[in-house]
Amino acid sequence: MDRIPNVSANNRGLRNYFSRYWTLYLLLLTPFVYIVVFKYVPMLYIQIAFKKYSLVKSLWEMPWANNNGWEYFIKAFNNRDFIFALRNTIVLNLLDIIFGFPAPIILAIVLNELRFKRFKRFTQTVAYMPHFLSWIIIAGLALQVFAPSTGLVNNVLRSWGFEAVPFLNKPGHWIATYTFLGIWQSIGWNTIIYLAAITGINPELYEAAAMDGAGRLRRIWHITLPGIRSTIVVLFIIRLGYILGSEFDRPYALGNALVNNVSSVIATFIYHFGIRGLQFSLTTAVGLFQSVVGVIFLLAADKLAKKFGERGVV
Amino acid sequence: MITSRKSKLGDWIVVLICVFVILICLLPILHIAARSLSSTEALIKGQVGLLPIGLNLEAYVRVLEDGKFTRALWWTALLTVIGTLLSLVVTTMCAYPLTYEKLKGRKFFNTVIIFTMFFNAGTIPMYLLLKSIVFLNKPIVLIVPYCLSVFNMIIMRSFMNDLPVSMRESAEIDGAGPIRVLWSIYLPLCKPVIATLALFYAVGRWNGFSDALMFMNVREYYPIQLLLYNLIAAIQSIDVVSAEGGFSPGLTESLKAAAIMFATVPILLVYPWAQKYFIAGATLGAIKE
Repeated sequence: MDRIPNVSANNRGLRNYFSRYWTLYLLLLTPFVYIVVFKYVPMLYIQIAFKKYSLVKSLWEMPWANNNGWEYFIKAFNNRDFIFALRNTIVLNLLDIIFGFPAPIILAIVLNELRFKRFKRFTQTVAYMPHFLSWIIIAGLALQVFAPSTGLVNNVLRSWGFEAVPFLNKPGHWIATYTFLGIWQSIGWNTIIYLAAITGINPELYEAAAMDGAGRLRRIWHITLPGIRSTIVVLFIIRLGYILGSEFDRPYALGNALVNNVSSVIATFIYHFGIRGLQFSLTTAVGLFQSVVGVIFLLAADKLAKKFGERGVV
Repeated sequence: MITSRKSKLGDWIVVLICVFVILICLLPILHIAARSLSSTEALIKGQVGLLPIGLNLEAYVRVLEDGKFTRALWWTALLTVIGTLLSLVVTTMCAYPLTYEKLKGRKFFNTVIIFTMFFNAGTIPMYLLLKSIVFLNKPIVLIVPYCLSVFNMIIMRSFMNDLPVSMRESAEIDGAGPIRVLWSIYLPLCKPVIATLALFYAVGRWNGFSDALMFMNVREYYPIQLLLYNLIAAIQSIDVVSAEGGFSPGLTESLKAAAIMFATVPILLVYPWAQKYFIAGATLGAIKE
């Protein structure tokens, strides 16, 4: 409790305050210890990015790495596998932004145009479902549905006289399937925020537009879209801020030996070379690079959002 | 509203798009369900579409007879229950005090906690920490290290912030302390947000994979997703072979479909009931302070 800054209040008031509210600190104790142990203590281990990791020496005894400690960062950027992982992280994120970002906006607008309330609710319930499935389950579904020889989709394609498509076994196809499955998983869930924004639009605007004889598309263009513009801008900028972020489960579960060159991302690189390959210094350096660049991008995104006159995110 | 012929056409297009979305979401699940119930011959011949052919429950019987799989199901259910309860308790303990505006040090606690949302040490430091505190490969590693989600805590905090302060103040005048106020005023009112977060945490634990992959190598403690992945990775290698060499795929296809169903059905049964809660939760979470 000595951490609490002693605000000019007199001693009696302070004692009164603590005798009343000490239980609040008691409540905070558990989560605070949790945060310190599992979020801040790991930060101490970041120093092994600048040190030669040794199993037998303690964290403080390990010798510094070469090149003033930057040895492993230099190694990472000379490592072909890391460069691939970095490139793939950015490419897959960009594809998610280009195709995955507009999808829920379109679906939210479509749902808003739906007049049958019960059907709307049903569509929403079904569309939220994929969000609750793990990437392992989705990969399991995808592997069976898209299998080259026995999968449903290829059976249908063959019966129509087309060639079978190697959805998950050729790099280009894999990237497309990966992007599609991302949309499949998140489109419904991501409509929630846009639908909430649409609810905030004044219904009188729609009535006035209808009186003026504006058609459906014009109402969407002139009322719905401007009404959710700020939500779109903020979410888009946040999404840009996460461009170097990488999921683990999705590329790991969908990837296979035939597409490694395009499916490995920073998170899977760290797993393969760190936890499996025991190159702790190298992979800690890579993780630190990702975190630091991530923070910089997010702060930049926040600045950008504020420049657009929107509420920031930080 | 004016219903011209043009807007009627528009209505139909809108309905068609929604039907399309529904089909795209449901068909894969229906197909896997059909596969899990079909005979091996029909599967090899690729006859199975959306309805089972040569109805056969053998796959389910064999998955249930396989001790490893049923044990993983029970183990994951147990982890989910314990993990969710612990997470809810810790999340409440964190969110509630931070709603007191006059809490001294509130800014400090907020900053320390929120900072971890933007910067984290990374996977390897976490791994080394868990190793040094001897959590690695112990059951506890699947429960404690990720028990508090700061994001979920913020959802709960914003919900509590929206409750009228006057209620709390009048209870305080009557002599109720913070714990009493939490227990008899806040918690009952927080049922919707607790339900939402319970769903988020439970789904997260049921679906959890990477923590087990990285931090747990004792087979008896594998959660269902890790077991399922090992099974699916096996399908994959077989199918890669068949894509290249034209071999017929293994006879265990329906077994794998049945295993996927076991991991999926619990979620399909739970999430629709919580819909009205999680929509509010998801919207709150997006509006960060």
